[in-house]
Amino acid sequence: MNLSLGKDLLGLEPLSGEQIRLILDTAEPFKEISERAIKKVPTLRGATIVNLFFEASTRTRVSFEFAEKRLSADTVNVAASGSSVSKGETLVDTARNLEAMRIDMVVIRHGASGAAQFLAERIESNVINAGDGTHEHPTQGLLDLLTLRDHFGKLDGLKVCIVGDVLHSRVARSNIWGLTKMGAEVGICGPRSLLPNAIDELGVTVFDRVEAAIEWADALNVLRLQLERMTAGYIPSLREYNRVFGVSRERLERAPHEVLILHPGPMNRGVEIDSDVADGPFSVILDQVTNGVAVRMAVLYLLSGGRPELAEAAKSGGGSPSAKGKRGDE
Amino acid sequence: MSKSILLQGGRVVDPSQKIDRVADVLLVGDTVEAVGERIAESAQAREGLETIDCRGLVVSPGFIDVHCHLREPGREEVETIASGARAAAAGGFTAVCAMPNTDPVTDNQAAVGFIIRQATLANAARVYPIGAISVGQRGESLAEFGEMVAAGAVAVSDDGKPVASAHLMRTALEYARTFGIPVADHCEEPTLAKGGAMNEGVVSARLGLKGVPSEAEEIMAIRDILLARRTGGHVHLCHMSTRGSVELIRWGKERGINVTAEVCPHHISLTEDAVEGYNTNAKMNPPLRTTDDVAALQEAVRDGTIDLIATDHAPHHYDEKEREFADAPNGIIGLETALAVNLTWLVASGIIDVSTLVEKMSCAPARVFHLPGGSLRRGSPADVTVFTPDEQWVVDPARFRSKGRNTPYTGKTLRGRVRSTIVGGRVAHRDGA
Repeated sequence: MNLSLGKDLLGLEPLSGEQIRLILDTAEPFKEISERAIKKVPTLRGATIVNLFFEASTRTRVSFEFAEKRLSADTVNVAASGSSVSKGETLVDTARNLEAMRIDMVVIRHGASGAAQFLAERIESNVINAGDGTHEHPTQGLLDLLTLRDHFGKLDGLKVCIVGDVLHSRVARSNIWGLTKMGAEVGICGPRSLLPNAIDELGVTVFDRVEAAIEWADALNVLRLQLERMTAGYIPSLREYNRVFGVSRERLERAPHEVLILHPGPMNRGVEIDSDVADGPFSVILDQVTNGVAVRMAVLYLLSGGRPELAEAAKSGGGSPSAKGKRGDE
Repeated sequence: MSKSILLQGGRVVDPSQKIDRVADVLLVGDTVEAVGERIAESAQAREGLETIDCRGLVVSPGFIDVHCHLREPGREEVETIASGARAAAAGGFTAVCAMPNTDPVTDNQAAVGFIIRQATLANAARVYPIGAISVGQRGESLAEFGEMVAAGAVAVSDDGKPVASAHLMRTALEYARTFGIPVADHCEEPTLAKGGAMNEGVVSARLGLKGVPSEAEEIMAIRDILLARRTGGHVHLCHMSTRGSVELIRWGKERGINVTAEVCPHHISLTEDAVEGYNTNAKMNPPLRTTDDVAALQEAVRDGTIDLIATDHAPHHYDEKEREFADAPNGIIGLETALAVNLTWLVASGIIDVSTLVEKMSCAPARVFHLPGGSLRRGSPADVTVFTPDEQWVVDPARFRSKGRNTPYTGKTLRGRVRSTIVGGRVAHRDGA
C-alpha cells in the first residue's frame, strides 16, 4: 500500500486515516531533535523552501521556520507587505516567479480559501498549506491530533468538542476531518450564527450550550474569537460571548471528569477562554506549540520524499534525499 | 429582386403554429414566405434561389436570448457587440438582448442608440438593448424609460445590481406600463448575499467559502411578484436558480399575476459540486445550487412555470478567472453552448421534447419581450435556426466566436449542433465555415 502523501499537503480532508497516522508516527522521532543542545540534522540540506505569508502570522511562520532550519533547509520568508504582492501582483504571477527561481517547496498562508490548491496546481514544487482563508490549516490539525494522542494514548473513540467560531475557522475544518478519520467523535459548540448552516451534514454532534459540550467531551479545542465578528453582527458583544460560551474554571469544575484544553492561539484571554483555564493543570496549549515543530518537520520530510521507516535514521543524518532531483530514486 | 432561400426537407418545428413535421421553408427577402410540403417545385423557378439541404435536421424559428452581456462599451477586450453577435449566431441565436451593465451604463437614449448602431455594423445576430432601471444602475432614481424605448430598448433592468429599494421597484413596474415593457430583475437580497461566492450548503461549509442562501433569491422573487400584483406591471425574473423560487412563481401565476421567469442552461445542468477544487469557471451569480434545485427547475421548464431559457452570457478575460475563487468575477459564457446543453440535459434525458425546447428558446422569448420573430408564420422575419438534435461534439473553447473562454463545459461531450443561422434572410452562420 502506497502511503506517500503525494506532492502537496493542502488539507486533511483529502488524506486517509493511514496517511494521517503516518505523519503523526513520523513526527515522534523528530520531537527528540528539538530537545537536543544542537537542534539540527542534515536531512533537507540543499533544499530551498519559501515561506509565503500573505497574512500576518507569528506562531505558524516561526514554527515552520524552525522545522525547516532544524532539517537544514535553506529558507526564505516572503511577507505580503514589502513584496511585489503589495504592488498588485497576482498570485499566479507570484507563483511563476518563485518557480523560475528553482525552489523545492512553498509554505503558503493566504486569506483566500483554495489559495494553496491554486498554487499547487500551477507549480511543480511541493506546496504546504499553512492556512487558506476559512478552508483548512492542516498542520494545525495534525499538531492538535498529536497532542491529543500524546495525552490519551489514542484517538479512536475520543470525544473532542470544538468550541467557538466554526464558521470562519480553518482550524475547525482541519480538526473535524483529522479527528473523524482517526476514529474520534467530534462535537461542535458555539452560537448558531457562527456555525455553518450545513454543519449537521459534516458528521458532527452540535451542542448549543457549552455546559453540555463540557459534560460530553474528553477534550475541548477552544477557537479564537475574531474580534471583528462582533462588528459584523454575528454576536452582540464579547462580554456576552464570554458569559454564554466562555470556557471558565467554574464550568470545567462542574464537569463529571477532567477535560483537556487545547487552543490554537493566539488567545483572547477573558473572551473564549479564561486565564485560569489557559494556564491551568489541564491545558496543553504549550505542548501544542512544541508538537507543531515536530509535525511540520514530519510533513517537510515526507513531502521531500523521505521514507517513514528512515525517519529514525534521519535523526542522525542519513536516510533521506535532500533535494528534489533525488526524490523517488531509491 | 430579393434573395430567396429554400430550406428543403427538414423537420420543421414551430410551436407558434403547432407544426412539427417534415416540410420545406421558403424565405423571400427578409421574411418567411411559406412553410409546406410542395413548395420546392414552385420555388425552383425563383431567380437567385439558394437551396439548403436540411434533411435530418431541425428547422425552427431563430432562437432569442433575452439575457446576455456584450461588454461594449467599456470592456471591448472581453467582448464586443460584433464578437458577441457572431457568437450568438454561431449558437443559433438570431437575436439577443444586451444587458445595460456597460461602462458607461446604458441608461439613456444615446447609449441605446450606440448599441443599435454597433449591432447594425456587426451584421450578425440582431441585438436589442435593455436599458437600466435606474440612473447609473445606482438604485436611486428612474432612468428615462420613454426615451430609451423610443431609441430601441425592449426592456429595463438593473441587471447584476439588484433593485434593493422596494419603492424603486414599485415605481419602475408602474412607470414601465406606459411603454408596455417588462422590468427584468436580478433577484438578490443584498444583505443576505453579501460576500457570498457560491451556494450556501455543505459544499460551501467544506470549502470554507461564504455561501449565498437560496432565500437571498426567493425573498426578492416574492417581493417582485407581490409588487407586480400591486402595480399590474410585468415583472420578469432573471436566471431563477432554486426550488423555492419555482414554487413562488407558480404561486404568482396561479393568481394571474403578470410574472414571467427565465432559467439558464447551467442551472438546469450543473450543481454546486462543479465548484469543487475551487473551479472559478463554475462561479456565477446566482450560484449553481443542489441536485434538488436542478430537478425542480427542469420540471418547471416542462410544466411552464419557467417561461423561457436565457444564457446570461458573461464573458471575462481569462486571467480575471485565473485567481483565488473568492476574488474571481461571477459569470460564464453561454451563447455557443446553450442549445447543446439544453438538448443534452432536457431533451436527451426525456424531460421535454424538441418542440418545447424551441418554445423556450424562441417563441416564448419573442412573446414575453414583445420582439419580432419566434415564428415561421408567413410574413414573420426570416430568422431561422437549423440544427441537428443529437450530433455529439466536445466543447473546445478555443473554437468559440466569443472572446470569452470561461465555460464550465470545457471537454464535455454535448449533443446537438447548430448547422445554419439565418438572420433577416441572410445566412449569418454556417457550421464549419
